[in-house]
Amino acid sequence: MKKALSRNAGFFFVAPWVIGFIVFTVIPLFQALYLGFTDSNSITAPNFVGFQNYIDLFHDEDFLSSLSLTVWYAIFAVPLGIAASLSLAALLNCKIRGVYLFRTILYLPAVVSGVSIALLWRWILDKDMGLLNMLLARIGIQGPGWLSNPNWVLPSYILIALWGAGGGILTYLAGLQDVPRSLYEAADLDGAGWFEKFVKITVPMLTPVIFYNLIMGIVGAFRKFSDAYIIGGAGNQGRFYMVYLYQNAFNYFKMGYATAMAWILFLIILVLSLLVFKSSNLWVFYNAEIEKGKKKSKRAPHGKEGGLY
Amino acid sequence: MTVQRRSLSKSKKLLIQNSVLYVVLTLASIVCILPLFWMISTSLKSGNVIFEVPPQWLPDGFHIENYGKALQDIPFMQYFLNSTIISVTRLVAEVFVSAFVAFGFAKFNFPGKNIWFLLLLSTIMLPSEVMLIPVFQMFTRLGWVNTFLPLTVPAFFGGQAVFIFLLRQFFMSQSDELMEAAMIDGANKFSVFVKIYLPISKPALITVAIFSFQGSWNDLMGPLIYLNDSKKFTLQLGLAMFNGMTKVEWGPLMAASVLTLIPVLVIFFAAQKYFVEGISFSGIKG
Repeated sequence: MKKALSRNAGFFFVAPWVIGFIVFTVIPLFQALYLGFTDSNSITAPNFVGFQNYIDLFHDEDFLSSLSLTVWYAIFAVPLGIAASLSLAALLNCKIRGVYLFRTILYLPAVVSGVSIALLWRWILDKDMGLLNMLLARIGIQGPGWLSNPNWVLPSYILIALWGAGGGILTYLAGLQDVPRSLYEAADLDGAGWFEKFVKITVPMLTPVIFYNLIMGIVGAFRKFSDAYIIGGAGNQGRFYMVYLYQNAFNYFKMGYATAMAWILFLIILVLSLLVFKSSNLWVFYNAEIEKGKKKSKRAPHGKEGGLY
Repeated sequence: MTVQRRSLSKSKKLLIQNSVLYVVLTLASIVCILPLFWMISTSLKSGNVIFEVPPQWLPDGFHIENYGKALQDIPFMQYFLNSTIISVTRLVAEVFVSAFVAFGFAKFNFPGKNIWFLLLLSTIMLPSEVMLIPVFQMFTRLGWVNTFLPLTVPAFFGGQAVFIFLLRQFFMSQSDELMEAAMIDGANKFSVFVKIYLPISKPALITVAIFSFQGSWNDLMGPLIYLNDSKKFTLQLGLAMFNGMTKVEWGPLMAASVLTLIPVLVIFFAAQKYFVEGISFSGIKG
């Protein structure tokens, strides 16, 4: 009796999502599939053009430059961001006084975001009046036109991304709590230094978190919009993929073309995620594997005193 | 990384290690704080001091008139109100509905449950940009463009898949006995959900609430696409319009930016404890 009841009840609970899924995902997805093959411009009736949008895209200089900027951004910003937040998390995992204050401060850039912060960076990176170049001038370096020189646009965005990289810190800290203390104690007995412990214990034990942040970082890099839209940079050189997609759809009303771009974005994200997933058994290490390996031995106690929170 | 005091000879090494640690953390903290400090400092400077070379770290007195100008030049209060209406509606809807759906996935068996759940997971990887234009066209046909509806209504249908996933993980970790006990007492499933499971899920719900608020408060693309009438602009959109001007007045602009950041900061600090807890059980850590 209980089972029969819960059948309907369960569906009753998930129903809002199912409706939303059909209305806001499934139907639009099919429409998008069709739209990508049309010259829809929201003024005249759309005509079916086959793969023309996709062919045109790969002859479109602006498309290619936005794609290449976004790809290079992802290649640099994602791994550097992971390295920065992982190292900071490892430092914050030490038991020292004031660690809570440091944690809050380092996490702060991840809390604030949006147009305000994009505007702030435009101001800081200003060629003549920006804080960064004024500081560089003090130590005798003539700073570049961060956002006006095409060669410096990518480094500028990487710099901004690194500043906000603290967002990963919390996830790494949470992961660090699960690293058995006994591993470090054993390493201490063997006389391992802090670097060795970091590379051989901390990093491998955190690979599941790194894996999660890698996927999220790639997706985030390709979907980057707000600050790219605000900051721009060196004319079209600073135009990210999503900004160009937005412009095609809502400034030039090339809805079919923009939808084709969205599908390419989807394919890129899908392929990259699959690659990361496929490669994960080579480098992602799950704690359960140790447990399996030493079935009989007791699980290392996680002392509460080791907890950060 | 754990430094344990074992013998006196080690304590010297420990001291050096800790000093290096403090130096690195302090430097990193300065890098994090400096841009924000510069934002506040600029927002309090008078027009000519802003462009002074070398830069003045501290403002020349407190030029709060920048704030007054920010409130006037962009109709700040109007935008603030619009942003608040949209973000709060979305927050309430996303938290409640995603908890509701997550509860269904966590605590019940029904035909097709695994397939639905798999579909839910797959939408996490599906960038919403693919649906952007068809959804825009749908809202246009409904005549919802230039209203808050396209920004708020989807929240009532599950909001974001990630939230459902996160809350499902949480509900899975709670025992079924609570529900069984309440059912014996004659409570129905909905009231069990509202009266028992929601209250014990506070950290998880607050985590979702912060993510939701951060997301909708900082959202630029949604308002940019759907809102045309400047009376309906959100703060982000209002600030973005400011950005288009040829001669930027950095003082008032930074003042407006500071004011825009305050709600997110307040909510984060108020709920920080829950948020940190929320992250650690959410399974985000892998």
